[in-house]
Amino acid sequence: MNDVNIWLLIALMALVTFSIRYALYARANSVALPKRLEQALKYSAPCVLTAIWVPAVMMPSGELALNLNNPYLIGGIIAIVIGWWKKNILLTIVLSMISFFAYKWLVL
Amino acid sequence: MTNTNADTRLSLFLKGMLDALPLIVGGVPFGIIFGTLSLNAGLDIWQTIGLSSIVFAGSAQFVAVGMLAAGTSLGFIVGATIIVNLRHLIYAASLLPHIKHLGQRWRIPLGFLLIDEVFAATYPRYMNNPESTLNHWHYFGVGMAFYISWNVATVVGIFFGSNIEGIDTWGLDFAMAATFIGMVMPHLINKPMIAGVITSGLLSVLTYDLPHKLGLILSAIVGMAVGYGLELWLQSSKEKQS
Repeated sequence: MNDVNIWLLIALMALVTFSIRYALYARANSVALPKRLEQALKYSAPCVLTAIWVPAVMMPSGELALNLNNPYLIGGIIAIVIGWWKKNILLTIVLSMISFFAYKWLVL
Repeated sequence: MTNTNADTRLSLFLKGMLDALPLIVGGVPFGIIFGTLSLNAGLDIWQTIGLSSIVFAGSAQFVAVGMLAAGTSLGFIVGATIIVNLRHLIYAASLLPHIKHLGQRWRIPLGFLLIDEVFAATYPRYMNNPESTLNHWHYFGVGMAFYISWNVATVVGIFFGSNIEGIDTWGLDFAMAATFIGMVMPHLINKPMIAGVITSGLLSVLTYDLPHKLGLILSAIVGMAVGYGLELWLQSSKEKQS
């Protein structure tokens, strides 16, 4: 893709991204989401985020790697355990990243 | 947490910046790896900075750069951006009742700053202090802290990427997975949510090879349907019993 097209891409990405975030705010006084849609939407963020992190952890180089040579899997499991147990975001991020790098550099 | 009249605009703004710190810990390595990967994908320095400062959407930027490196055409990348960012609509829906009293002068920047981490860090403030009319200063503080750190991290990544050999093999992208796991786990407090998230995770692996990130949207939609479907089913079976 040439430079002009990359800048066009950036502009279009900015446009659609801002539109999604701002659409409801723009007419906040006159919009009310249907109750059912609102209930269904609460599943959106956890499901989308999970559909991003599961492949990142289980198939970091594009192929399923459920083995001890995959530091992403080890770090991911540690993050899941700490996150589930403590429900603390900072603790989850810090401890799992330390585990990931320690495993990657010291064990592998 | 109690709301006191002592909360000024400035103190709330600063408190917001402070509350953003835990998520910034995960955001900074992710921003650094974004900066390095973007250069590797063939974007120049200004285009990389442009993505972080004008688009400001971590995972969508990541997906876009990956698709660019694979030679995907513009339309599909924009389509993937919509799919990946659609979840922000739910954040807007959740905050909608709380920003109604603000003018567009506020709504435009607050909308621009509405990313996963900002929502996660500021929504509890709204829940714990529903009577305060200044909560948007907290939201703004969280958003600005994240915006600044994301852009600084991108620039650091650009610098590292062109000066440190092999930084792209360090595995800094694990920070994204760690952050997302940290954000999802607190939601797993009931059966429907757990069922939805597990469905979405399994499907995301099974559908990984589908083109144009279709697997992502498919997994998320089916996961949401399973979660909400189970919620409705549990509700109706409870009503039948009583």
